[in-house]
Amino acid sequence: MKIATPLVPTTDEHLIGQAAGGDFTAYQELVTRFQVRVFGVAFRIVGQRQDAEDVTQQTFLSLIEHIDSFRGESSVATWLLRIATNHALKLLRKRRGLPTVSLSGPTDDDDNYSSLPHPDFIARWSATPETLAQRAEVREQIGSALNTLDDKYRVVFVLRDIEGMSVRETAEALDLTEGTVKVRLLRARLMLREQLTRQFGDEATRLFPDHEHG
Amino acid sequence: MTCEELLKALNEYVDDETALAVCQEFAEHLAGCDPCQVVVDNIRQSIALYKAGEPYPMPPEFEARLRNSLKERWQQKFGKVS
Repeated sequence: MKIATPLVPTTDEHLIGQAAGGDFTAYQELVTRFQVRVFGVAFRIVGQRQDAEDVTQQTFLSLIEHIDSFRGESSVATWLLRIATNHALKLLRKRRGLPTVSLSGPTDDDDNYSSLPHPDFIARWSATPETLAQRAEVREQIGSALNTLDDKYRVVFVLRDIEGMSVRETAEALDLTEGTVKVRLLRARLMLREQLTRQFGDEATRLFPDHEHG
Repeated sequence: MTCEELLKALNEYVDDETALAVCQEFAEHLAGCDPCQVVVDNIRQSIALYKAGEPYPMPPEFEARLRNSLKERWQQKFGKVS
C-alpha cells in the first residue's frame, strides 16, 4: 500500500518541478495557491464573472500544457499572471471582434510623458480608502472606473498597483519595457485619480492652482 | 521644479518617497504647492482603495467545474492522477 506523503510547505518552483514530473497533487496545490489571484486578475481585466471563469480555466489548462517549459526566469506567480493576462486580453479582443494580437506593442503614440492628463478636480477625499472600501456601492464604482480605462492602462494598473508586482515583473509579464510600464502606469493613476476624486472628493475642499499649472 | 516636471516624477514619489534622487526637490515643490500635494495624496488613496477592496471570490460551483476539467486534461496528458 502506498503511504500518502503529507505535502509539506514547499516553494512554488519546487511544486512546478514535481508537477512537470507527473505529480497531480503538486499541480493541485499550485492551483489552490493561485486560483483566487488568477481569478481576481482575470475579473479585473475582463470585467465580468463568466469571462473571468473562462480565463481562469484557460490559465490552468495552459499550465498543464506548458508545465515543463517553466525555466525559472521569473517567479511562478509572474509566469502564471502573465498567462492569465494574455488569455484575458485575447478574450477582450475576441469580444470586440478585433484580431487577437498582442495589445502590448511598445510603439504607441502616447507611451511618453507628453500630454499627460492634467489633474482637474483637485480636492481632499471625504473619507479614508479603508472606510470607503467597506461600502458595496463604492466597490462597484471603483470597478466601473477601472473598466473605463483603455486595456493597456488597466492591465498595468492591475498588475502593478493592485497585485503589487514590481515594475520589472509587470514589464516581464506584459512583454513591455520598464519605461513603457512606468508611463502607462502614470497615465492610469492620473485617470483613476481624476475619476475617483470627482466621486469621493469633498467639493468644499476643492483647490484651484494659483499659478500656471503645466 | 515645475508642476509639469512634478507630474512626470510622480510615479517614483508615490511609490517610494525616500528612494528618489529628486525627492528633495519634489518635497520642496509640494511644500509650496498645495494642489500638487493633494494630487499625490489622491493617487495614494486611489491605489489604497483598490488594494483595500475584497478580492473577487471564486464561485464555489465554478471551482468544482474547474477542478473536474483540469483533472480530465491532466489524465489526457499524463494518463494518471497520482
